[in-house]
Amino acid sequence: MLMDGRFGAFGGAYVPEILMPALEMLEKAFLDAQQDEAFRKELGDLLLKYAGRPTPLTRCRNLGNDRARIYLKREDLLHGGAHKTNQVLAQGLLAKRMGKTRIIAETGAGQHGVATALTGALFGLETRIYMGAHDVERQKLNVFRMQLMGAEVIPVTSGGQTLKDAVNEALRDWTASFEDTHYLLGTVAGPHPFPLMVREFQRIIGKEARAQILEEEGRLPDAVIACVGGGSNAMGMFADFVEDEAVRLIGVEAAGRGIEGDEHGATLLRGRPGILHGAETYVLQDVDGQIADTWSVSAGLDYPAVGPEHAHLKDSGRGEYVGATDREALDAFALLARSEGIVCAFESAHALSHALKMAEAATEDTVLVVNLSGRGDKDMEQAQRLLSGDAA
Amino acid sequence: MNRYDAMFRRLGARNEGAFGAFVTLGDPDLATSSDILDALVEGGADMLEVGIPFSDPVADGPVIQAASVRALAKGVTPADCFALLTHFRSRHPDIPVGLLTYANIVVARGREAFYQAARSAGVDSVLVADVPVFEAAPYLAASRASAIAPVLIAAPNTPESTLRRLAAEGEGYTYCVARAGVTGADEEVRFGHSQLLGTLKAFGAPPPVFGFGISRPDHVAAALDAGAAGVISGSAIVRLIADNPGEEADAVRGFVADMKAATRR
Ligand SMILES: Cc1ncc(COP(=O)(O)O)c(C=O)c1O
Repeated sequence: MLMDGRFGAFGGAYVPEILMPALEMLEKAFLDAQQDEAFRKELGDLLLKYAGRPTPLTRCRNLGNDRARIYLKREDLLHGGAHKTNQVLAQGLLAKRMGKTRIIAETGAGQHGVATALTGALFGLETRIYMGAHDVERQKLNVFRMQLMGAEVIPVTSGGQTLKDAVNEALRDWTASFEDTHYLLGTVAGPHPFPLMVREFQRIIGKEARAQILEEEGRLPDAVIACVGGGSNAMGMFADFVEDEAVRLIGVEAAGRGIEGDEHGATLLRGRPGILHGAETYVLQDVDGQIADTWSVSAGLDYPAVGPEHAHLKDSGRGEYVGATDREALDAFALLARSEGIVCAFESAHALSHALKMAEAATEDTVLVVNLSGRGDKDMEQAQRLLSGDAA
Repeated sequence: MNRYDAMFRRLGARNEGAFGAFVTLGDPDLATSSDILDALVEGGADMLEVGIPFSDPVADGPVIQAASVRALAKGVTPADCFALLTHFRSRHPDIPVGLLTYANIVVARGREAFYQAARSAGVDSVLVADVPVFEAAPYLAASRASAIAPVLIAAPNTPESTLRRLAAEGEGYTYCVARAGVTGADEEVRFGHSQLLGTLKAFGAPPPVFGFGISRPDHVAAALDAGAAGVISGSAIVRLIADNPGEEADAVRGFVADMKAATRR
């Protein structure tokens, strides 16, 4: 390895020895590509002409109040339906650069699976997606979308049958297949170089948002707010604001049915440092180090670890991490639809929910930027079921 | 002399390879697991490799994953595993015992405390499946502080610079993964390891022991012919445990005897 892959005390590369050469190859390909004008141009073109960047920054007309203005960074409008497409196109190009013919990925909500599937179709790469059997059930539409684009979807029946178990299976596949296969990891978690690489490929979110808010408001926001599953949409939003010390970086974790119990995905709030899926980071676990099963209404936040850079931002105090419950997220989801005509992903609704609380509490002029990481198509069936009581 | 060196010396004098048996501790429950360990020794195992059940064993295939699931369902903890090994050691003073575990189990207890507990339980070596040489330094330090041999993994694709460090830092034996992928009981095995073994030998690494996929006597013979000092068979034994409820010890005793016979040349 050329770098140590650390963010303060967190990160690193904890994988079976047999995977180290594959990670080294990836690190080198990533670092080379960052310096390669042709790579940057091809990626830039894809983001512009295929994926639909830049995405708008929308000021809410009806949410917020006369003190607090809420802006939405519209990653929901990106091709594929979520921020995932930004970094997946980039890793697809890297896979080709490394001469790989096959890509594999884990997915929770199915958004990363969909993004990987579209990339596989676009670049002619054989594509296999691992997805917890429980998530296959609750995100059926995304399963079909992946299959339409030619990907093979493998339901994973081990453990809690959600995102964590899908990552395990993808890692197992990769230890046998690394010669011709790239593991297209979907977030800023996992072993080095994934946390660094995925952040750099998602940095475009905050970079655009920063310029857009300066244009709109003539000043930086008071806070940028994003939901945190593995942490990629949040790191993408935070990266260009880290140096702006007056801008609060707020990550919203899944408080599920309440962080006092066991049914949540609030890793930074309730976990402690450990090692999972290749990185030293906060982990939800028992006293012996057995990994906990998690719960969130949103499959994309249902994960017991978190990207190591978030662990570092938390411990250094630069980042603030809070939770939103299933109920709060659903309320925000419904409110956004009714008041702004935007149907967002359950994941993104967690971030919005916290922004609404902050707007309510604001006593002076406040500007909030929420990363609306994805759209809600995949959640329609669940939303219908969960909200039918309210509509009646 | 440590137990590994004594074992390799004894076997070397008889021109035999080492047969290592792997099981997950507490599978299917603690009492049966204790009987199984005894049966492995009675069957002729030269060394034991034992796993602490872990919720997320990414280096393991379905057979050994299922063993962790069974043990965890019985509430087996690392403390139970150490107690089981302490009793085992009081009955079997000489056989080398290696622990195979995952990093989070080690750091949850605290690295130093984990290696100390292993030492107190009569364990000779510890291999952490998801700690490559790149991250090994603090584990090596804690291992040495407790007089535990750190076992490191060499794969056919491991670069020479890593093998050099592994040779200098590893102790007990060198775990050579016989193939890519996760643990499992293969039908066919093929060993193209001459280059790896040559490099390990040139660097003075601890004796190479092959693991992953080895499930039949002809695999044992092929591995030794390829230059291995021994083999470890895991999934094949664990599968026998799963398939023979109530008769686990008898099933593994017979299997180990057949596999051990193939180490005699
Ligand atoms: C729309 C959306 N937002 C957020 C996430 C959570 O991932 P991350 O924390 O990496 O952004 C997902 C994951 O599937 C998602 O689909």
